[in-house]
Amino acid sequence: MTREILRVTGEHLLIVLAAVGAAVVIAIPLGIWCTRHTRAGRAALRVVDVIQTIPSLAMFGFLIPVPFIGGIGMRTAILALILYSLLPIVRNTVTGIRGVDPKVREAGIAMGFTPRQLLFEVELPLALPSIIAGIRIATVVGIGVATIAAAVGGGGLGTFIFRGVAMVDTRLILAGALPAAALAIAADLVFTAVERRVRGAVPS
Amino acid sequence: MPSTVELRGVSFAPVLSELSLRVGAGEAVAFIGRSGAGKTTALRLINGLLKPTGGDVLIDNVSLADSDLIALRRRSGYIIQGSGLFPHRTVYENVATIPRLLGWPAARTRDAAAILLKKLGMPLERFGDLYPARLSGGEQQRAGIARALVAEPALLLCDEPFSALDPIVRRELQDAFRELREERGATIVFVTHDLAEALRVCERVVAFDAGRIVADLPSRDVTKSNVPIVRQLVESAVLP
Repeated sequence: MTREILRVTGEHLLIVLAAVGAAVVIAIPLGIWCTRHTRAGRAALRVVDVIQTIPSLAMFGFLIPVPFIGGIGMRTAILALILYSLLPIVRNTVTGIRGVDPKVREAGIAMGFTPRQLLFEVELPLALPSIIAGIRIATVVGIGVATIAAAVGGGGLGTFIFRGVAMVDTRLILAGALPAAALAIAADLVFTAVERRVRGAVPS
Repeated sequence: MPSTVELRGVSFAPVLSELSLRVGAGEAVAFIGRSGAGKTTALRLINGLLKPTGGDVLIDNVSLADSDLIALRRRSGYIIQGSGLFPHRTVYENVATIPRLLGWPAARTRDAAAILLKKLGMPLERFGDLYPARLSGGEQQRAGIARALVAEPALLLCDEPFSALDPIVRRELQDAFRELREERGATIVFVTHDLAEALRVCERVVAFDAGRIVADLPSRDVTKSNVPIVRQLVESAVLP
């Protein structure tokens, strides 16, 4: 049984990391884009907001009939988690970049930074603590939401929980819920430490 | 070689209308006037941070519209109130910004930064590795001046650089600024609401009121001016 729990915990972690990883790749450029196109950016943020409000069970349900990307299995689970992870990362990227002191940005432009240099040398480094906070939130929430993935055959710790609920077996539910909680706490601690380090490198 | 600056009927609706002005190579001109008179806007038109809605800005007789703004800005220094230092970069990294953009060899950058920081009373050995948050307001402003001057700009634009400092530090920095100017000779446009500062640093004064230039005169003639806004500034100033 212990071995089984470890295997499923690993699977759970894999689903979340794959999803958050993919979300980072999509969300940071999207966040940057939102700061460059204020109007369209606001619309994009609204869309990402709405995605977040879809109940997770419904989200998995919606994705099952979608051809190619949906269906039953881990892929659908990861896809749903990517969608959920977008909001905190996009939003924190936008907040982080908008939070850069306008004088600092102006000084950069006035010294002859190209827009690209301004982004990579000033805006992103100063927004980094905020972006990492967004990734932390996405990961912690993702670990919880991923337990629902078992409903669409996605695997992970939810497998135990759903089985336990069906069999009215509290021990089986705990076998899923406790590792999930432990993962969430561990992820929170790790990212908080990273965030603090990055913030320390940017004394303000 | 110091730059020339020319404004030809420059407007920036609705703040500025029809400014015309020529600043010769190596000249130091102060823009004075009350807050909201358009001094800062005029300054920001000169390095292309803002684009005029009418008229033309020329640097070295070339219109900004036809110039490479990035290259031009790298040949200009820009000093603002509150310094605008990069908070995630050390004093040395801040000062080395433009040399790095210009691709200077490290040794040349280091020498230029060391000489300048020493003159400004912030020896590189002691201050070079500090982050701006560890500096006092006056030290930040000194570092900002060093950052603007290190690549020997042909044009120096200053926007109330000393206004937030206490009177003693302000005086020290004005003197340091004047010495550096005599030594290096850039063309200077200096925005300030402090007439005494304008007279101390610049030999020519341009007064703004409600988005127009209302007076343009040598500093020594300021007390003789009949222009109302200049008289008001003279009366409210503690002159040197």
